[in-house]
Amino acid sequence: MDNTTKQYTISVYTENNIGLLNRISAIFQRRHINIESMNISVSEIEGVSRFTILVNMTEKNVRKIIGQIEKQIEVIKAFYHTDEDTIYLESCMFKIKSDLLFEERQIQNIIKESDARIVTVNREFFVLEKSGRRHEIEMLHRELSVFGIMQFVRSGRIAVTKDEMKITEMLAAFNN
Amino acid sequence: MDVKTKSKKTYLNQPSEKITGCEALVRCLIAEGVDIIYGYPGGAIMPVYDELYKYQEEILHVLTRHEQGATHAAQGYARISGRVGVAMATSGPGATNLVTGIADAQIDSTPMVCITGQVPSHLLGSDAFQETDIVGISTPVTKWNHQITRAEEIPEVIAKAFYIARSGRPGPVLIDITKDAQFDTFDFTYKQCEGVRSYKPVPKFDTNALTEAAKAINNAKNPMIVWGQGVILGEAEEEFKNFVEKSGVPAAWTIMGVSAIPTAHPLNVGMVGMHGNYAPNKLTNECDVLIAIGMRFDDRVTGKLSDYATQAKVIHFEIDPAEIDKNVKADIAVLGDVKETLAEILPMIEKKSYDNWHQKFKDLLKIEFNKVIKDDLHPTKEGLTMGEVLKEINTQSGGEAAIVSDVGQHQMIACRYAEFTQSRGNITSGGLGTMGFALPAAIGAKMATPEREVVAVIGDGGYQMTIQELGTIFQTKAAVKIVVLNNDFLGMVRQWQQLFFDKRYASTEMTNPDFVTIAKGYHIQAKRVTKREELADAVAEMMASKQAYFLEVCVEKEDNVFPMIPSGASVSDIRLE
Repeated sequence: MDNTTKQYTISVYTENNIGLLNRISAIFQRRHINIESMNISVSEIEGVSRFTILVNMTEKNVRKIIGQIEKQIEVIKAFYHTDEDTIYLESCMFKIKSDLLFEERQIQNIIKESDARIVTVNREFFVLEKSGRRHEIEMLHRELSVFGIMQFVRSGRIAVTKDEMKITEMLAAFNN
Repeated sequence: MDVKTKSKKTYLNQPSEKITGCEALVRCLIAEGVDIIYGYPGGAIMPVYDELYKYQEEILHVLTRHEQGATHAAQGYARISGRVGVAMATSGPGATNLVTGIADAQIDSTPMVCITGQVPSHLLGSDAFQETDIVGISTPVTKWNHQITRAEEIPEVIAKAFYIARSGRPGPVLIDITKDAQFDTFDFTYKQCEGVRSYKPVPKFDTNALTEAAKAINNAKNPMIVWGQGVILGEAEEEFKNFVEKSGVPAAWTIMGVSAIPTAHPLNVGMVGMHGNYAPNKLTNECDVLIAIGMRFDDRVTGKLSDYATQAKVIHFEIDPAEIDKNVKADIAVLGDVKETLAEILPMIEKKSYDNWHQKFKDLLKIEFNKVIKDDLHPTKEGLTMGEVLKEINTQSGGEAAIVSDVGQHQMIACRYAEFTQSRGNITSGGLGTMGFALPAAIGAKMATPEREVVAVIGDGGYQMTIQELGTIFQTKAAVKIVVLNNDFLGMVRQWQQLFFDKRYASTEMTNPDFVTIAKGYHIQAKRVTKREELADAVAEMMASKQAYFLEVCVEKEDNVFPMIPSGASVSDIRLE
């Protein structure tokens, strides 16, 4: 296994308990690994949470991290994937002055070409939403920043894997 | 000290009954078979203490003199008995004082449940008096922790706590209970926990891995075993002995693993690691198959990783999947409980002996004996050595005593030279290196197994970190034998300063009090030995005592512990002087 760093998406299926976020993030902190993004949501299984964590590290270390995450009592299972193993995206929102929408024709073209969506418009501002890959969001950000952005926010990565992650079976096995 | 413990069945699986949270907690502990709690009362845990007063016929509470002492006593109790140790403290400083012992139990895989009181739930997060986020603080050093804010959670959470602490690779669990949850009433009934769906304590072993491991072992020319505490924790002493004897493989131990088989066993080739024996360290880098059993390749064991057993095929028997490939890459990983895997592999192992290979160990031992051991155990110089004190304890205890050591030079000497005939004989702070561990741990060990001789061997530095526990010994009458090896230095740090910092003894010299007077102040029999000719009689007097006994032995001030693998060096570069 070589020592080159790579971007990995880590999926962690857990019980929905207070304190688990602390426990999981502490594992990264101990090894001085910067978490690029983290998203926690419900999963396809009722009562089971899903962490999606984006990190840059070596495969050797990501394996060790997975072992230490899985060791936590309330973690059901953890997986790591390369970008090629997953379908992934991020979401972002832009808050922009409404005047610009009418005065700067170019903005309307940018919106159309980037597949962004207008969430709301009022007298002062409008809100634009875009989901996609990081570089698409970054490009949109670059294009809009020329006109001035009142607020910008981007979510962590969310990802589903191409291959199956056998969680339901694992939980079923416990019940039997 | 004697508690007339009712059968734990008393509170198990009974019809429900309306009681308070704190009473429920005490009943849960009794139902889990807890006979002794080590702790310290305070505001937020007072309702529980009130119940302990009521239940004192069924469960004993031992008041230590500091909460850290409570955790170490619970650890000593757990390490010698294999049962879950229990420590209790109030919120705030009471809880934070537990942290050192919890971290120690985590790194040394000791089953322990800590119960802390917490401010009432409506005050949580408000910086209330003696409020501290002990769940947040203890998260990185616990196997599991949880805060209870409602009385009705108590039975299930306590059941889960004990299940998690003792199952699989054991470890510490902390349960924090708000004061209102202690006071509230609910319908109590208790069932033991039988499983947690997200937690698999013992991974299923893979028959293919076993077959492959057996093949590698049978084909080996110069194999070597390094075993750790996993053998003891898995209660696999018998299976391990059978495996060693049938395979004929020289077996070395980590300090956490010693005593799993008697130290006098002919296949025992000694201790690995920084101050371990010359032969097993050197030959780690010459063996062709390294069989690691229930150990985790700590850096104090491996030295420089990139030069550790690189020539060897590594077989790793391990219960914790996170340990596989963590430090040393395993060519064959045998996951599972060693009690099972060693029993399974035994029929596949060919009976062998490795006479020439064993001879190499013997030859290197001879070198170590002449350069180090002879002067440690049979000194001709005037000053007393730590080694000769250990030798005297061995002689007089016949290896029956459990030796509880602290951290530093005396610990390494104790681990190197103590002789054991019984398992769970060596109780020491291995992974965390917690000075102050030994005195309270010895109390816990003695109380858990009153029939066993327990000798605490402590340095003058570590002794003073928890010296207040002499009060606990006085109050409980725990018949602990305490040997302080006094060199008026923080000896191990001084040794490093001598070897690596040009003898600049920064803050390592200690001006010590009169330890004998202090012990006598606690009404503990005490004696000081300064001359070789007094040693045997003093140890005899100590061993003969039916009560606690304190023996200070003034040893040579600037002796060093050898062999030594300097920090960051390879096991091959072990130094004899």
